[in-house]
Amino acid sequence: MSTGRRVILGLAAPVAALVFAVVTSSIVLLISGSDPLAAYGDMFSHAAKLETLVDLLNRATPLYLAGVAVAIGFRMNLFNIGVEGQYLLAFLVAAHVGSLVSLPAVLHISLILIVAMSVGGAYAGVAGVLKVTRGVNEVISTIMLNAIAITGISAWLIKEWQAEGGVRAGTTTRTGTTPIDDSGLLPGLNGVVEVFTREIGQGKELTGVFVIAVVVGVWYHVFINRTVLGFDLRATGINPFAARVGGVPPGRMIVLAMVLSGAVAGLIGMTELMQTGFYPANPIQSLGFAGIAAALLGRNNPFGIAVAALIFAFLDVSSGVLQFTGAAPREIVVIMQGVIILAAVIAYEIMRRVRERDEARHASAAPAEVPA
Amino acid sequence: MEPAIELTGITKRFPGVIANENVSLTVERGEIHAICGENGAGKSTLMKILYGMQPADEGTIRVMGQDVHFSSPNDALAVGIGMVHQHFMLADQLTVLENVILGAEPVLRGGRIDFETAGEHLREVGEAYGLTVSGDDLAETLEVGERQRVEIIKVLFRGAKILILDEPTAVLVPQEVEELFRNMRELKAAGTTILFIDHKLDEVLEIADTITVLRQGRSVATVKPSDVTDRDLAELMVGSELPTPATTGSTVTDEVVLEVEGLTVLDEDERVLLDDVSLRVHRGEVVGIAGVEGNGQAELVEAIVGTANASAGTISLLGDDITARSVRHRREHGIGYIPMDRHREGLLLSAPLWETASLGHQTREPFAKGPWVDRAGARARTELIREEFDVRTPNVDVPTHALSGGNQQKLIVGREMSADPVALLAAHPTRGIDVGAQAAIWDDIREARAAGLATLLISADLDELIGLSDTVLVIMRGRIVATLDPATLTPRDLGSYMTGAASQEASG
Repeated sequence: MSTGRRVILGLAAPVAALVFAVVTSSIVLLISGSDPLAAYGDMFSHAAKLETLVDLLNRATPLYLAGVAVAIGFRMNLFNIGVEGQYLLAFLVAAHVGSLVSLPAVLHISLILIVAMSVGGAYAGVAGVLKVTRGVNEVISTIMLNAIAITGISAWLIKEWQAEGGVRAGTTTRTGTTPIDDSGLLPGLNGVVEVFTREIGQGKELTGVFVIAVVVGVWYHVFINRTVLGFDLRATGINPFAARVGGVPPGRMIVLAMVLSGAVAGLIGMTELMQTGFYPANPIQSLGFAGIAAALLGRNNPFGIAVAALIFAFLDVSSGVLQFTGAAPREIVVIMQGVIILAAVIAYEIMRRVRERDEARHASAAPAEVPA
Repeated sequence: MEPAIELTGITKRFPGVIANENVSLTVERGEIHAICGENGAGKSTLMKILYGMQPADEGTIRVMGQDVHFSSPNDALAVGIGMVHQHFMLADQLTVLENVILGAEPVLRGGRIDFETAGEHLREVGEAYGLTVSGDDLAETLEVGERQRVEIIKVLFRGAKILILDEPTAVLVPQEVEELFRNMRELKAAGTTILFIDHKLDEVLEIADTITVLRQGRSVATVKPSDVTDRDLAELMVGSELPTPATTGSTVTDEVVLEVEGLTVLDEDERVLLDDVSLRVHRGEVVGIAGVEGNGQAELVEAIVGTANASAGTISLLGDDITARSVRHRREHGIGYIPMDRHREGLLLSAPLWETASLGHQTREPFAKGPWVDRAGARARTELIREEFDVRTPNVDVPTHALSGGNQQKLIVGREMSADPVALLAAHPTRGIDVGAQAAIWDDIREARAAGLATLLISADLDELIGLSDTVLVIMRGRIVATLDPATLTPRDLGSYMTGAASQEASG
């Protein structure tokens, strides 16, 4: 199969899923009495604005990290549903530790990031250790650990660590942990963006965590595809028995995959933390679950997950403008997200069959060239 | 009367091969018809087409004079064709009766299963065809031969009049083969048509009424056993003379490479799987392990490669105690491993060939540079394996599942041999592959033996075991029960030792 055809086949599935989602949403919009073209027009013209793009990237950044976190598990047939709990716990502990110290910026930021990754990794590692030593399915244990982290530990610790009299955020006062000194906050990227365009208005700030997300994406690609450890991990995912006799210790790989997945998950909350400086009583939630969708749509591929994160982020930021212009109910966006995921799963399966048939046809033409 | 089966012009293309090309085959009613040929000759594919598991690209199928089109095995069953697969498909935790009716349960009102009618029917089928089984036994308690009988009853129970048996003798010891043949003759007497696949020519000549030989996907001859010798058949199969596994001259040295001392392996319930086994494999020696499957040979191999824990005893490689070492340590220090189930333990089916060829050696050159995967090095080595071990593939980037079984096996053998092992664990290295590939693998083992490789060979093919080995050990119920000299050993005698009919004090 030529490279060109392979690329086309690879892209066909997600594109088909998107088209299908658009068609379905249009039908839903027509039934509900809205004009689909007007709605899409509003969404795109809104997204074309620089400020919206900044919003979009800010939203896509944690989604991407969540997607990569889930994908690392998927590569080894581990379903880490616990990204949600891992990132919230990491977010909280990192916020608290960061607020306790005052250090030069580089050290301060590094400390916060390391704490976040360590907490996320360690918490996910619990599920890994349970699976290896007690045979507990990671889906069950991570669901339980989510509940423990979110409704248990976080709810208790936020009370222990919350700042007296609340935290001032802009003009309002919110409940949250003691704010981190400015030295612990990763600067935004507005300066960099503005070199190429105009000034970013409306008080929008492109998060510096965007750079971290890019680094994580590159690391993920290199780790999975170019290192022996990554090979061990993939091999275990493809065939754990063969990997085992091939010298890959299965238990260690399970724990490693969970810890790496959790460490990346730990970075998800940094987008918010680096901007506000504290863990609020009501942080952004369900990014961990959105990450599952991003990993699915992006096929566990570092670039694919990025595209998926951007698409979901676009839909998220568009929902606001739909409510504002009244062109369509904002819930249409949720419908689209759901349809995309369903359609993608089906489209990938169809493409897999097409590709296998292709390979069969291609290979059956081959023996003539092979020396007998 | 029309023939039971008439295949005309069947063609089927597959990744890497044309599995069947214009194959025609006529099977008369009530005969035992053998299909012979190397693996990759297209026997299994042909049977799968006939059983509705795969559609043919071209050609027609007629059953009892009627044109038929199968889109699933259910369609084949509907016209009376039933297949018994090489790998048994019994649910261990169910009884024989439950297994037999699984998927075809007679149902009473309210959805309850009518076990009484089913049991009655099972007895009728058993009597009609002279097959005896007890419907109440748990499947997991059955011997291999009994399992096979249950599989045969399963398809007869569903009304099959034409039986396809895929290499039925591959898993049986000689005594069990005789039992199977007795059953086949009774089935034939009861009017059943039997189509069966076999590699072993003496068996084919003994039981078949008609023999069709396939070679490279084509049907090359249909003969009567009375008209041919096994030599003739072999030449039809390979197109040249049949190779033999026999080695020439001893290359055994007195340097011990692999030493197992008092090895005991227990399962989770503390049952003894391997009991105080001791053996030595020297440089340049092939030690063969004979035994009916399930008597501890799998555990022996697993303990040596490091995936099963030794509860007592030691394993040494070149004098170093490796009993507590990891699998990776052992592999890196020169233990090569050809697993008994290549799909389960040998291959990364969805990965490209060069990645499958890396497995087990991924930490070493040329597959790795330090912590990094050396993609160029891995590809080059795989290319080399492809050439030297005659792995037929368009290139090394195709997914592993696209290769035929024989080529997958050659890839595994090539992978292990090209890594210069000091000790090789070869479990059924030529099981289920064709005579050509088999001969190539025998050559590889012989060459490596001459170059000083210490090989522990486990095989159910007694000719292979006797031909290749310098010493044959017989294992039964986890113990080494006999040490035999292959020079004076016949497969028949070996079969007696394996089943416990003959015995000897262990001396090695």
